[in-house]
Amino acid sequence: MINQLNIIVLLKQVPDIEKVKFDFKTGRIDRSSAEAVINPFDLNALEAAVEIKEKVGARITAISMGPKTAEASLRDAIARGADNAILLTDKRFAGADTLATSYTLACAIRKVGSYDLVICGEKTIDGDTAQVGPEVAEFLGVPHVAYVEEIREVKRDRILVKSKMGRNYYIIELKFPGLITVTKDVNTPRLPSLKDKIRSRKAEITVWNADSFSDLADERYFGAAGSPTTVAKVYVPKAERRKGKIFRGDLERAAKEIATVLREAHVIR
Amino acid sequence: MKRHGDVLVFAENNDGKVHPVSYELLGKGRELADSLGVDLNAVLLGWRMEDEAFELIYRGADKVFLYDHPSLEEFDVIRYTRNIVKMVRETKPDIFLVGATRIGRTLAPRIAAALRTGLTADCVDLKLDEEGNLVQVRPAFSGNIMAQIVTKTRPQMATVRYKVMKMPERDAGREGEIIRTKVDVIEETGMRIVEKTRADEVEIAEADVIVSGGRGLKRPEDFSLLEELASLLGGVVGSSRPLVDAGWISKDHQVGFSGNTVKPRVYIACGISGSPQHLFGMRDSDIIIAVNKDPTAPIFNVSDYGVVGDLYEFIPLLIREVKRLIGGGQE
Ligand SMILES: Cc1cc2nc3c(=O)[nH]c(=O)nc-3n(C[C@H](O)[C@H](O)[C@H](O)COP(=O)(O)OP(=O)(O)OC[C@H]3O[C@@H](n4cnc5c(N)ncnc54)[C@H](O)[C@@H]3O)c2cc1C
Ligand SMILES: Nc1ncnc2c1ncn2[C@@H]1O[C@H](COP(=O)(O)O)[C@@H](O)[C@H]1O
Repeated sequence: MINQLNIIVLLKQVPDIEKVKFDFKTGRIDRSSAEAVINPFDLNALEAAVEIKEKVGARITAISMGPKTAEASLRDAIARGADNAILLTDKRFAGADTLATSYTLACAIRKVGSYDLVICGEKTIDGDTAQVGPEVAEFLGVPHVAYVEEIREVKRDRILVKSKMGRNYYIIELKFPGLITVTKDVNTPRLPSLKDKIRSRKAEITVWNADSFSDLADERYFGAAGSPTTVAKVYVPKAERRKGKIFRGDLERAAKEIATVLREAHVIR
Repeated sequence: MKRHGDVLVFAENNDGKVHPVSYELLGKGRELADSLGVDLNAVLLGWRMEDEAFELIYRGADKVFLYDHPSLEEFDVIRYTRNIVKMVRETKPDIFLVGATRIGRTLAPRIAAALRTGLTADCVDLKLDEEGNLVQVRPAFSGNIMAQIVTKTRPQMATVRYKVMKMPERDAGREGEIIRTKVDVIEETGMRIVEKTRADEVEIAEADVIVSGGRGLKRPEDFSLLEELASLLGGVVGSSRPLVDAGWISKDHQVGFSGNTVKPRVYIACGISGSPQHLFGMRDSDIIIAVNKDPTAPIFNVSDYGVVGDLYEFIPLLIREVKRLIGGGQE
């Protein structure tokens, strides 16, 4: 039995993509239209941590940066197997782009102290950048492997993972401390049991604000002030207007016309 | 007038060859550099990559910073980051473009964090505003909205999706400079490749034509019908998720939220209803053609051409017509 590993899972609360509504005039997302859930890819990150815990023993800390309401997602993470949870919430964190988000998360991880492995989802469904994981790794100064599809083996001081890049599969040995981002293929997240759900209601969620790690961080890099990128404009793409020609009944004619379309698109060789 | 720094493109090395997305970025980069009145440079890391460095010049680069060393033969994010960060600090480009491939998206964020600069993911368009700032256009929220992003730090970094920018012409007469740069050799990075195997999967994300089947197919064998059409069009077969889950076809064929995002010139959806999760993966295709028995199927809302009918009747007719056109036969 190896000593218990310390694993940190980074997860974000996002609106349920299947239900969320858009205001097509302003291009804004109506966050009140849908329930907030754990980013689906981050469920895979959490499940990966739980599977490691079951195999070799680990203490899992879930960390999320977001509004106070993100506490619900951290509670869900505890129901799904996290041992403790930290919410980073502060007005000064608001409006962060990926750089400021990663910086803040990295400071929080430093504050937690010793860790062996940080696990992130491949990407979030709202930010959709896949940047936060690698940026956190750089801020922490640790190596990372992205797009991990399989965890082959976990040892006390290293992990063996499979990732696809370019046209190849790579089996990579990553020494601790390190970071991985996982794809949806890495596992199938389990649903929490009713018992675990009830238990998680009473769990304590640690809440940190910008002052909680002021010894480790430079406040100028937090939130909107620390974000080099800004959204100048949001709009609904007009490319969605499709020709929409419908053929009914005469399939012979439809086949002829569509074959012509294919020829004009230069795909008939 | 404000002096601008150069435009830099990361030339991605895939098994000793430059990935085509890097050439596309040189095409776009050339336009940007010319508008700004600056040079277009490329940075290439690998081992024995001299010939490829010339290719970058033929595709529009003025200078190629070549890092040629055995330790760079395989992609190692730490080695690549350290060498590129140093080069960027010395040459101070204004704009730095990276292909939004898995390698690019693994590498670019580390470089951006090290330089403490902004990075915009997965752009589909790039332009300059009046002051010469880079306006980065990217889809957000599964493509429902588009966002224009500007960066106040330098370099302005972006990863750019493959196959959205035009491939520049190759001009073997073009001249440029290859700058062999001293490599910082980093022995221990905390990572080691233990095994490398070639993935013999369909590269569905790169296909020009995709003929996809959904639950409208009755038997796994019927994929052969779609395969016949796909191969006539130089394309590949795709699938909705239920058929992958049922084991009818392998996962690398799956299109959608939990599968591949594709953007072919032509996408033909056969017996697919058009769920939001499926649309997520293919709605950016140039031309969408749908065949479905149900006239109310949502797939018709995003289609350029919709055929209301039985795919088992229609696809053979289409195959016949396509063959006729290949034969060059008039009527
Ligand atoms: C988290 C999550 C992720 C998902 N990810 C994906 C994903 O990546 N990709 C994906 O595809 N789905 C995904 N799904 C599933 C998705 O919600 C749909 O269930 C799925 O796309 C439906 O597949 P389909 O269109 O083939 O089947 P159906 O919805 O059953 O549609 C079959 C269609 O075929 C038509 N039809 C039947 N017979 C014929 C015939 N003879 N000729 C012509 N038309 C015929 C019917 O009219 C019908 O419209 C995901 C779901 C979830 C919850
Ligand atoms: N606000 C956040 N709090 C915690 N983790 C986050 C946050 N944003 C992003 N992450 C992590 O970084 C990954 C990539 O996110 P993104 O770069 O937004 O696509 C996610 O899957 C999470 O694991």
